[in-house]
Amino acid sequence: MTLTVDVEHQLGAFRLKSAFEAGEGVTALFGRSGAGKTSVVNAIAGILRPDRGCIAFEGEVLFDSERGIDVPTPRRRVGYVFQEGRLFPHLNVRQNLRYARLFSPHARRSDRFGHVVELLGLAQLLDRRPGNLSGGEKQRVAIGRALLSDPRLLLLDEPLASLDSHRRNEILQYIELMRDEVKIPIIYVSHAVQEVVRLADTVVLLSAGEVTAVGTAEEIMGRPDLRPAAETFEGGAVIDAKVVEQDMEYDLATLAFDGGTLTATNVDALIGEPVRVRIRARDVSIALERPQRISIQNVLEGEIAAVGPERGGIVDVSISVGAVTLRSRITARAARLLGLAPGLKAYALIKAVSLDRSGASAA
Amino acid sequence: MPLTPEEIEVLQLSLKVALWSVLVSLPLAIGIAYVLARVNFPGKTLFDAAVHLPLVLPPVVVGYFLLLSFGRHGPIGALLDDWFGIVVVFKWTGAALAAGVMGFPLMVRAVRLSFEAIDRRLEAAASTLGAGRLGVFATVSLPLALPGIVTGMLLSFARGLGEFGATITFVSNIPGETRTLPLAIYTYTQVPAGDEPALRLSLIAVALSLAALFLSEVLVRRASRRMFGDDAHSRR
Repeated sequence: MTLTVDVEHQLGAFRLKSAFEAGEGVTALFGRSGAGKTSVVNAIAGILRPDRGCIAFEGEVLFDSERGIDVPTPRRRVGYVFQEGRLFPHLNVRQNLRYARLFSPHARRSDRFGHVVELLGLAQLLDRRPGNLSGGEKQRVAIGRALLSDPRLLLLDEPLASLDSHRRNEILQYIELMRDEVKIPIIYVSHAVQEVVRLADTVVLLSAGEVTAVGTAEEIMGRPDLRPAAETFEGGAVIDAKVVEQDMEYDLATLAFDGGTLTATNVDALIGEPVRVRIRARDVSIALERPQRISIQNVLEGEIAAVGPERGGIVDVSISVGAVTLRSRITARAARLLGLAPGLKAYALIKAVSLDRSGASAA
Repeated sequence: MPLTPEEIEVLQLSLKVALWSVLVSLPLAIGIAYVLARVNFPGKTLFDAAVHLPLVLPPVVVGYFLLLSFGRHGPIGALLDDWFGIVVVFKWTGAALAAGVMGFPLMVRAVRLSFEAIDRRLEAAASTLGAGRLGVFATVSLPLALPGIVTGMLLSFARGLGEFGATITFVSNIPGETRTLPLAIYTYTQVPAGDEPALRLSLIAVALSLAALFLSEVLVRRASRRMFGDDAHSRR
């Protein structure tokens, strides 16, 4: 199941020229506001007609400017969750959820109504109207409505943008549930690193209408040279780990990864569950000897892999810990005083509180 | 004050004429309003002006044009007579036609405004859920335009109740057939002892208009409450 996109479009002074592929799992379209992310998903949905290019899904051509093919939106079977929900105000939640049944034989055939209602916790809302729902509830209904149209492909365009941080976390959990449930490609548009790190299998980095990098979340988030491409982007490492212990007394979790264990606070996952941890470069300090009597809970032994170029008195240092590469952002003076160089044995120090729930979550 | 049989007849005729004029012109008005709100085509400005013409023309002129085209020897009137045996001139149906034409621009305007006020992103959302053009229109655009449609119906109904110039020119002033409320009032003002009946009929007209206004307010309220939730009005 692969979606192939290769489109060009001119919108006033803005030029979109993007090509990428998306398979099963979550592909994040990541970039600043105005990078052309929404235009790309609109083109996939058929709401925007690109000047040139080709869009195909599983061998079926949805759009091809040269051959004059443009499958109309209703026939593309693409589920679309919009930034603002876009629930129908004159219909109640149940009618919104069942809307696709009016038109799509596919939606009628696959009756998963009860299942989706349960998955997204919508049972209490069914008889209410969108006008009486909170922002988070609206987005849950919007996700359910898209799922119940029995799509072959799911597009989510910044579904958390209009929500406060508390609701965001709640909806993220529902999106994770859904991702594990449906076996279709999901395109997730976002400019927030935390969301991308939590959800994405593949990241497509968009900048000024063009794809500047494609890779796994670990690869893209780890590359310091891509830093200016996204608003909240900050260099760091992404580590896949597993919960091995939960200390209820101190609210501390022990996470095992290829290279040791980490202690983190407030991890919302059970023992045995996989979690993804993002460690920002500026939260990592370096010591050449194992420090004693120190509050920092994570002291990881490793080896300096690379010392980056100095920029404005700051240096990014890569440290190999087992199979994982951590990044540390330190002052150029510290790097020089310690004589950091590739091959040197070093300890990476990471405060447990810097690995809070915003960085670690069930994956 | 109980109504006289003659007053009841006038009242019934007026309501019949106004109601039919609204019901028959409604589908056409919705169609034209939707086209004007959504479609750009060459000559749109001219078309728009033609739709609005009855609003600015003297009603007598409209009535005269109706007479020319729908009269027995007029191009449309002759066709209707030959094909269907329908004659509208000097009939209550002709009065309804005159009322419908005069109220038409008001109805189109109100409906068009409510189509234009619809968030088109909702229509795009409907199309991603499988709805084609017609489906989107029937399930999203039309229901969301309901308050405007109700308003348009009321405006046209009120205009129809008050129609005078086009009616008297087109279908004359025939008691029991085309003598609607305004025509009856006018007739009484032309006779020496007509002051009292004219006043009575005028008061009936006032009551009727108030009732229509009240009813439409209730309907619009109900329609927008359906749409925006139970506490929409207290919130605004």
